[in-house]
Amino acid sequence: MSTPADAVVEPGAASRPAVAPAPRGRRFNRAVREAGLGYLLLLPAFLIFAVFIFYPFFRNFYLGFFSTPPFPGQPKNYVGLDQYKDVLTSSEFLDSLKVTVIFAVITVPVGIALGILLAVLAHQKLKGVAIYRAFFSSTVATSIAVASVIFGTLLSPQVGLLQGIQTEPSILQNPDPIINISLPVIRSFIPSVALTAVAVTTIWQNLGLSFILMSAGLQAVPDELQEAAEIDGAGPWRRFWNVTLPLLSPTIFFAFVVGSIFAFQTFGQIDLLTPRGGPLKTTNVLTYYIYDQLQFSKNDGKAAVLAIALFGVTLLLTLIQFQFLERRVSYER
Amino acid sequence: MSVEPIALRGTELSGKAGTEVEAARPGKRGRRVRIFGRYVALSVLAFVVLFPIYITIVNSLLQPSQIAAKSPTFFPTSPQWHTYSDAWTDGHLASYLRNSFIQTGLIVAGQLVTSILAGYAFAFLRFPFKRTLFVVFLATLMVPFEITIITNLQTVSNTLNVYDNLGNTLGTFAALAVPFLATGFGAFLLRQTFLQLPKDLQDAAKLDGYGHLRFLTRVAVPLARPTIAALAVFSFLSAWNQYLWPLLVTRDDQLRTVQIGLKQLRATNIDQVNVTFAGTVLAFIPLVILLLIFQKQLVRGLTAGAVKG
Repeated sequence: MSTPADAVVEPGAASRPAVAPAPRGRRFNRAVREAGLGYLLLLPAFLIFAVFIFYPFFRNFYLGFFSTPPFPGQPKNYVGLDQYKDVLTSSEFLDSLKVTVIFAVITVPVGIALGILLAVLAHQKLKGVAIYRAFFSSTVATSIAVASVIFGTLLSPQVGLLQGIQTEPSILQNPDPIINISLPVIRSFIPSVALTAVAVTTIWQNLGLSFILMSAGLQAVPDELQEAAEIDGAGPWRRFWNVTLPLLSPTIFFAFVVGSIFAFQTFGQIDLLTPRGGPLKTTNVLTYYIYDQLQFSKNDGKAAVLAIALFGVTLLLTLIQFQFLERRVSYER
Repeated sequence: MSVEPIALRGTELSGKAGTEVEAARPGKRGRRVRIFGRYVALSVLAFVVLFPIYITIVNSLLQPSQIAAKSPTFFPTSPQWHTYSDAWTDGHLASYLRNSFIQTGLIVAGQLVTSILAGYAFAFLRFPFKRTLFVVFLATLMVPFEITIITNLQTVSNTLNVYDNLGNTLGTFAALAVPFLATGFGAFLLRQTFLQLPKDLQDAAKLDGYGHLRFLTRVAVPLARPTIAALAVFSFLSAWNQYLWPLLVTRDDQLRTVQIGLKQLRATNIDQVNVTFAGTVLAFIPLVILLLIFQKQLVRGLTAGAVKG
C-alpha cells in the first residue's frame, strides 16, 4: 500500500526505476484513486465542520465590527474595533467574567475532590461495594435540566422541605454574598447565595461523571505500589498523599482541564434556576450573557464580541493549565 | 483538549476492586469495627448522593398540599400514581421524549457514520494534506458550540424556515440534528482504533482481493466495535443532554426535546409540583435504563483520553 502513495507524496519517486512490476501509469492511477477516496470519506464531516463550526467561528470576528442600532429595521453601523473596546472594557462584561471564573473556581475543584473521595472509598474489597459504585455513578443519568428542576423545585419556597432554613428572599432570589465580609475588595469576590445554589446543583450533577473518571484512574494504579508502600510502613493517609494522588494526577489533570472548559460553557442551570442571570446579575455567566444579548437584546454584534471573548478566555485558561499544572503531573508509572 | 488521549483503554466500573490491604494489625474486633466504619462512610455518602433523586420520586407521588406542608413527608403513604399519566399526556412528556429520541438517534447515527469514514481515511489512506486536514479536524475540539450559535441560528432559520413555519416538523428536526452530525472527537477516536489494528490484517485482506470498501465494512468496523459502541453511548449522552441549542431552535411546544420540555412543564405546573416531579422522573428513566445496559461502554467512552493506563 505504501508504494503507490509515494508517487503523490514525493513527486521524485515516480522518476525512479520502478521496483514493483506494476507499470507507472497504473501506479499513478491507483494513487489518485486512493487520494480521491480519502477526500470523499472526509467530505461529510468536513462539510459539517465548515458550515457549522469554522464559518460561524470566523464570522464572529466580522459581526463584531458592526453595532446593532437600538431600533429594529435600521441598518447596522460599521464601528470597527470600537465595539470590541466598548464591550470588553464594560463593567457588565467584567462582572460576567468574574461570575464565570468564580463559578468555575467553586465547581471544578470541589467536584474533583468529591469524585476522588467517592472513588477511593468505593475502591475497596468489601462485600456489596458494587452497589455503592452504581449509587455513586447514578447522577450520570441525570441531565443538567433534570438536576436543575429537582434542585430548583426543592429550593423553591412552595416546597416544605427546606422551610426550616428557608430565608427571605428565597435562596435562588438572594443576591447577598454567601459569607458576610465587610471588606469591599474581598466581598465582591464572594459568590452570591444564588450562585452558590447553582454551583451545588452543578457539582451534584457532575458527581457521577467525576466518580467514574476517578475510579477508572484508580483502577489503572497498580496495587503492588500500594502494597509496597504499606510494607514500608506508610499509613493510609500517607499512602493516599504519596502514592495514590501522584498516580492519579494524569486523570485529575484531565478532569481539571475538561471540567474548566465545561464550567465556562455553563448555561442550562442559569436559564432554569435563576431569573435571567439574576438576582442583580450575580449569576450572569458568560454563556448566559451571550444568550441574553442574542435572544432578548437582539444584539448580534455584542453577542459576537462576547463569544470571541469566551473563546479567548477558555483557550488562555487551557494553555495556562498545560503550562503550570501539567508539570506537576507524573505520567510515568 | 486532547490530553494524551489514548483510546481503547477503557476501564470498567465492574472491574476488580482495589486490594484492601489488611495490615498485620492485631485484633479481630478492631478489624470488624473498621469494616463497619467503611460501610457507614459509604452509606452516608450514598445517602447524600441519592437523596435528591429519592425525594423527587417521593414528591412525585404526594399531593401538592403534602409537598408544601411545613413538615416534609419522606414516604408516600397514599401514592398518587396519576401524576405520571398527567405528566405523560397533559405535560406532553410523551412527545418530548419522542422528540429527544429522534434528535438523539439522528445525531448518534450521523456521528458514527462520519467518524468511521473520516477515521478510516486518516488511518488507512494516503493523500496530500492529510496531516493538515487532521489538525483541522482536531481544531474543531477547541471551538465550543456556544460561540457558534449566533451565525448557526441565522443559517438554520434562513435555510430551514424554522420560525416561519411553526409546524415545520422536518425543519425543526433538521435544525436540531444537522449541526452535530460530525464530531472531531469521534473521528480522532476511530483513527486511533483503526491504527491499532494489526498490519497483517490489511495485508491478508489485500491478498484476498479486498478493496477499501470491503476492508472497511468486513474487517475494520467489526474489529473496532468496542470503540464504536463507546462512541455511540458518549454521543447519545451528549446529544440527549443538549440544552442551549434546542432551546433556541424549537419554538413549537410539540417539537421540544425533553430537556426544554421540563422547563415548560415546570412553568405550566406551578400549582401541581407533583406532576413536575413525575415528569422529571420520566425524563431520566430512559437514561437510567440505557446506562445500566451500556455501563461498560459508557465508562469507556467517558474515560477515553483521561486515563493513561
